[in-house]
Amino acid sequence: MSRSRYIAGTVFRMLTLLAAVSVLSFVLVTSSPIDPLTAYIGTNSTLSQEARDEITEHWGLDDPPVERFTAWAGNFLKGDWGTSIAFKKPVKTVIKERFSYSVVLMLIAWTFSGVLGFLAGIFAAVRKGSLWDKAIKVFCLALQSAPTFWVGLLVLSLFAVQLGWFPIGLAAPMGKLAQDVTLEDRIWHLVLPSLTLGVLGISKITLYTRQKLIEIMDSGFILFAKARGEDTAQLVLRHGIRNIALPAVTVQFAAFSELFGGIALAESVFSYPGIGSALTTAGLSGDVPLLLGIAVFSAVFVFTGNLIANILYGLLDPRIKEGRADG
Amino acid sequence: MDRKRIQWNTRTKILVYMVLALIYLAGILVWGLLMDPEAYAVDYSVKFLPPGAGHLFGTDFMGRDMLLRCVKGLSTSIVIGVIASVVSSFIALAAGVAAAVVGGKLDSFVNWCVDLCMGMPHLVLLLLISFMLGRGMKGVMVGVALTHWPELTRIVRAEVLQIRSEQYVQAAYRLGKSRMQVAREHILPHVLPVYLIGVILLFPHAIMHEASITFLGFGLSAEEPAIGVILSESMKHIATGKWWLALFPGIMLLAAIMLFDRIGEDLKRLWNPDSGNE
Repeated sequence: MSRSRYIAGTVFRMLTLLAAVSVLSFVLVTSSPIDPLTAYIGTNSTLSQEARDEITEHWGLDDPPVERFTAWAGNFLKGDWGTSIAFKKPVKTVIKERFSYSVVLMLIAWTFSGVLGFLAGIFAAVRKGSLWDKAIKVFCLALQSAPTFWVGLLVLSLFAVQLGWFPIGLAAPMGKLAQDVTLEDRIWHLVLPSLTLGVLGISKITLYTRQKLIEIMDSGFILFAKARGEDTAQLVLRHGIRNIALPAVTVQFAAFSELFGGIALAESVFSYPGIGSALTTAGLSGDVPLLLGIAVFSAVFVFTGNLIANILYGLLDPRIKEGRADG
Repeated sequence: MDRKRIQWNTRTKILVYMVLALIYLAGILVWGLLMDPEAYAVDYSVKFLPPGAGHLFGTDFMGRDMLLRCVKGLSTSIVIGVIASVVSSFIALAAGVAAAVVGGKLDSFVNWCVDLCMGMPHLVLLLLISFMLGRGMKGVMVGVALTHWPELTRIVRAEVLQIRSEQYVQAAYRLGKSRMQVAREHILPHVLPVYLIGVILLFPHAIMHEASITFLGFGLSAEEPAIGVILSESMKHIATGKWWLALFPGIMLLAAIMLFDRIGEDLKRLWNPDSGNE
């Protein structure tokens, strides 16, 4: 009972925040000095003043902001997200297309960083104070401070340009027809971007796992288990992992926000046609409908991650499960 | 006797390290600010030189010296980072203290704002703000300055909440002191260390975000020397094997970020009596 109330409460809170996020994005985007009309027809267009007025009228650019927002939000809820200026396609189609590319990339990077980071964290914690531990720690701290796009550039320069092992960019070989692109091609082009994105996500989860496991290994019940004669592997498998696996998964879900930011940068380096590069294009070309669509979409993405993290936490933490915490 | 020497050593080591880091950062800042743009002027006779004696970091496609451009760019980044941290940290301090001291509706409101700001990917929010201000220097400054407060607000709020429940604060209330008085005399002094460390740890984020947003083309314009611009330019030439255009500027940026980070972490250790005397 209290569990479903907890989830309902969280969902409700997220929905109100989502509404606020869309209002905020709308205000930010529409108060820009970049004129959507100029962005649409180009700066040196010979369009007559009447035609301009007609478009302005049709788009409702002179309407009061509140009216514009309700019109946009109403259509948005009905499924009409507007038409992208830069891509000349409905925003929904663009987002769907682009996200199908990005989601593969994100999934690979996210899983890769999660699994590897978790294992590295356990390894470092078990060998606390050793050379390995120190190396992992320094490596993670350096990665945490390294800008995504710079790591991408280095990876690109080393593996694609100097060694020539992987293609330089895009999601498929240039000049190849869409129906001829094989799965192998796709995978080949995914390696470097997902490596970049994955390597950057690793440090957080590694450091978190390491810290938590060290705390747990210092606790009383581990001492007792040691006294019973369990060796390190048994300690970690039976007691350590059980205690840290789920918080670590939660942390990984809560990292959706950074993942989305990272994808914008990584895709821009590798000219990968995903949602991140669509966002950059939308911003640079003054494509207001697409920009708004992606902003709201990204917020939904982040909220989904947070929601899963919250629900996991709520389900697993006995204190919240029994409804004692205020949620 | 022996133990005393070890204590002294760790503390001094941290202090010496911090001073060195500060000298590096301040050096870059001053060098960059005072630098004459002529120093990295266009010179087509020396374009695309690999790193060597004359040009330590090599030259770019217009024959400009990369080392000097990096220093100039990094000093701009540091200035933006400082401004952003100051603005963001003021917002965070005011919001955090107010939320925790006043409580009730205001507290929920501040929490709601924090969640709102964190609800969108940080980069998307920066991009929208930059878009609103028509891109360029102003957009980056405002964007970076206005979006870095949520985490610090949470830290400050948690700290204030903890202090507020202490006995002596309760006693002060009973003695008839007003909320403002208690906040100023009893709470602020205790929050200050946590806050200052938070401010320093904010720099690296601000600098990194400035570089990222500039890299994507929303920040400083292409003529201005900025690390983001330099790296974005290098992307065009990396396919032809001009690796030095990306490697060195990135290392300088990374070094600056890591040094700020270390200064913050070290201060945290020194300030905390449990670890300050290790």
